[in-house]
Formats: sequence, structure tokens, C-alpha cells
Amino acid sequence: MIEANQLTKRFGSFTAIRDVSFTVQPGEIVGFLGPNGAGKSTTMRILSGVFPPSSGRAVVAGHDVVAEPLAARRQVGYFPERVAIYFDLTVREYLDYVAQMKELTGAARRSAIGAALESAGVTHVAHRLIGTLSKGYRQRVGIAQALLGMPRVLILDEPTSGLDPEQVAEIRELITSFRGRSTVILSTHILPEVEATCDRVIIINKGEVLAVDTPQNLNYRLRQSSEIFLDVVGPAETVMAKLRGLEGVLEVSQPPRTGSPNHIVVRTDPERDLRAVLAATITRSGWDLRELRPVRLTLEDIFLTVISETDSRRIAGETTAEPR
Amino acid sequence: MKFLVVCRRELRSYFTSYVAYVLLAIFLLLSGYFFYSDLVFFLLLSGYVLPTGLWQYIFLDMRLCALIVLPLLTMRQFAEEKKLGTIELLWTYPIRDGEIVAGKFLAAWIFYLLMIALTAVNPILFYAYHPFDIAPLLSAYLGMILLGTAFIACGLFISSLTENQVLAAMGTYGVLIFFWFVTWNEEAGNKWVIGALLKLSLFDRFFNFSRGVIDTKDIFFFALFTLLFLFLTLQALNARKWRGVS
Repeated sequence: MIEANQLTKRFGSFTAIRDVSFTVQPGEIVGFLGPNGAGKSTTMRILSGVFPPSSGRAVVAGHDVVAEPLAARRQVGYFPERVAIYFDLTVREYLDYVAQMKELTGAARRSAIGAALESAGVTHVAHRLIGTLSKGYRQRVGIAQALLGMPRVLILDEPTSGLDPEQVAEIRELITSFRGRSTVILSTHILPEVEATCDRVIIINKGEVLAVDTPQNLNYRLRQSSEIFLDVVGPAETVMAKLRGLEGVLEVSQPPRTGSPNHIVVRTDPERDLRAVLAATITRSGWDLRELRPVRLTLEDIFLTVISETDSRRIAGETTAEPR
Repeated sequence: MKFLVVCRRELRSYFTSYVAYVLLAIFLLLSGYFFYSDLVFFLLLSGYVLPTGLWQYIFLDMRLCALIVLPLLTMRQFAEEKKLGTIELLWTYPIRDGEIVAGKFLAAWIFYLLMIALTAVNPILFYAYHPFDIAPLLSAYLGMILLGTAFIACGLFISSLTENQVLAAMGTYGVLIFFWFVTWNEEAGNKWVIGALLKLSLFDRFFNFSRGVIDTKDIFFFALFTLLFLFLTLQALNARKWRGVS
């Protein structure tokens, strides 16, 4: 349904993306995962027709975005990263305007507007001026705009950013409800979001695709680096020496930059859960255990893991992982 | 026909944002005042032939009203969409850049025609008391329409260069005033230079219309000026292909 073939986009001397290739099957929900500035938005803008690639080819629902831009755009609903809608229209007027843009007429237009209002949960504010709505609702109006007319391809650039947790859950539910009906690409820099909604993940960093995988596989690969953070009141050196002696502990270190001598990070064998053992060891030695938690992997850690598997030479010295 | 969708939304937002009412009020107040004061002045001096002489005074003042008001109308057209980011969504709908430009241009043009049409109340009242030959008046109005059309095209282009509405207005004033003053400095160059500049001056072209003279060369000039700036607007929108979207 979506085919990106060696897409490259340059702005002057700056290369936003380089040789980005992937395909998305009909009905699939694919997540674009990467930090800010990775090239997610650039790729999505190319796919939705905002600007053409400098080189490479993108085909959306059978239409080349450069050769047949209008035909390609007819198949796409786009939600921009910056929610941008006219504040001086009511929600219904705005969607009516979008429906006309998307060439819907008569009864089809009315029912499409009704359906979009319903799906995005904005029916009860349909008569209100967009400028008077809260950020969460504006975001939903933006989603309604993308959904309007049930396009075959939905391209959603950070659809949940800036929303409160409840709204995030609603939007995620909405997106998962498209599975099998529309093909969806969504971008995010939040790992759990991908796990919650996507069939496949495309990891992108510094303009290049690093890996394409299912969230399950990704998760498995990430577990190879399981680490546990401890906050222990006690003589740091002694505590660390004691922990190093435990079975299954691979490495004990103090995280840089935390400033506290009590903070310790233990890297363990990913096949074993050592949390209980660690806690027992510390308390039995008479030290105070104030905190114990698995280190949540940040995107950077993921990149390090993925990158080191794919091509460790290329990025050597460019990124560093820090437990947080 | 999607340029009509753009046009309709544009016109609607003129009115919901009150821009329309404020600009209409300023334009009608100024042009009404000029009409009155020029009429009084003309009657006191009672110098010229009424059909041409009076209109010349009035319309040379009315063009200033257009010069003041139109950049304020066009400044928002692309600048606001760029600032809000709505232009990006527009580019993902099945609509050509040309239709976007056409729709926005048409909206401003229709609003300008409305402003011009409302000023007709002054000569109509005057006609009721003192009938006159209306052909020279129509010539002057044609000139106003052509002049305003050129202003709008220029303003649209400047607005497409920036996301700052104030800059867009100032830039438009700059360009338009340049095309006005361009012939003032008669000592600056030789006859040949001034002759060339005269051909470029929007306001000197307008002078003929206000005297009741319709010259196809003048019409052609205004049309060319308008098309040139509309073409430049399209090029400015195209710049996203190598400059990106903010």
C-alpha cells in the first residue's frame, strides 16, 4: 500500500533523510520511531504530498507521489505534527471545508462529516469555534480532518503528543480500530506507544532507517541489556563489591552525572530476574535500600542496541548511552 | 473548481475576524471624505469641465485609499496560513498550487470590488442633484479596479514570502510606493531613463483612466503586472520543495 524506495531529501546542504526504504502492507499499522529531528516528519510529508523527495520514489496506494500528486493525495489522510486548523471556523464548518477539498459531495459529504465527528469524539463540540477549544479537542479535530472520507492511507505525525494520558488512550484505541480497514503510518518518540498500537516498527535516526521489526522482536532484542537501578545508603565501594559477587550480575557501576554516591546500576543476565536477590542481599547486609527499579530504556539506548547489531562501526563515538 | 472552496473560506474568515468590517469602514470613510472635500474644492475653484476634471481629483485621492487598505487585506493571506501551519495541510489535499493562489486572489478581488461598489453611492447621490455624463466616471472606476487588482497580486506575493503579517504589509507598501515614486525623481537620470520608468509607474498609468482615457496599453500593463506577481506567488509556494516547511 505504501512503498518508499531510497527516499532522500535535502534542504540546501542539509540532508534530512537518506536512502529511506520500506514497504507497508494494506491494513497494517506501522510505527515510525525516532527522536526529534530523525527525519520522521520529512518522510511523512513526502508520503502525503507536502513536498517531493530530492531523489528516490514513493508510491502511495498505487500512485507515485511525484508523477500523480493529486491522485496520491486523494488516498491519504494526513495529521501534521503541528496541529494546524483555522481558528475562525466552527468544527463543522471546518470539516465541511475539508470535505469539499477532498471532493466529497451531497449526502456522501454529510455522512462522512458525521462519521469523522463521531470517530474523533467531537460531535458535541461541532458547533463551537475551533479557536475556543482546548488543545486536546483541537488535536481531535485534526484527527477528524485526517479521517474524513475514510482514506485508504492514514499518515499521523505524533498524533498523541501533548495530550493527557486519558486522551492518549482514546486516540490509541481509535487508531487500533482502523486495523484492517486503513493502512496507518504513525510517528512517535515514545516506545510504549509503538508497543500498544503497531504491527511493525520502523526505527529511524539521523535520517536513516536503522531497523524494521515487530514490537515483540524489538522488545526481545532490548531485553539483552536489562539493567537495574539501586539507591543504597551504605559505603559505595563495599556495596558494589558485594553486588559484583552475586551470581547473574554482569557489571556494577555508578551512573555518571547523578551526583549521588548512593546510586548504583547493576547490569544483569537478561534471562534472570535478580531484583529479589539484590534487595535481600542489601538489606541483610544492614544497608538501607531506598529504591530499586529496572532502568527504562530510552530511545537512545534502543538505538545503541539496534545500531550495534546492524553496524557498530558507522556510529562509533557518535552516541552514548546513559541510564536514566 | 476547488479554487472556489479556498475563495469561500477566505472570504468567510475576512468577516469572522472583523478584518472586513474594519477595512471597509476605513476605506469608505476615507473615500467619502475625499469625495466631499474634492467636490467642495472643485466647486470653489470651478475651473475644469465637470465630467473629467472632478473625477480626476476624486480618483487620484481614491487610489490612495486603495494603497492604504489593500496591503492590509492581502497581508494575511499566505502569512497567516504559514504561521498557523494550515498551509501544510492544504498541500496534502488534492488541490493544485495554482488553485490555491487563484482562490485567495479571487477572494481579495471580490472583497475589493465590494468596497469599490459601495463608494458608488457618492456619485449616485451627486447624479441625483446634478446629472452628468457617466462614461468618464466608468473609465475612472475601470482604472480603480485594474489598479487594485495589481495591488492585490503584489500583496499576495509578498504575503507568500513571510509568515509575519506585519512584514508582509510593510513589504507590500514598499513595493507599491516604489512603483508610485519611481517617476518623481526627474533629474536623476536622462530622458531615456525617465521614459522607461514612466512606463513602469502604476500611478501614471492610472492617471489616464482618471481623466477618462482608456488606453489598451495601460490595460495590458496592469494585466501584465498582475500576472507577473501571481506567477511569482506560485514560485514562492514552490520554494517548499527545496526549503522545506517550518
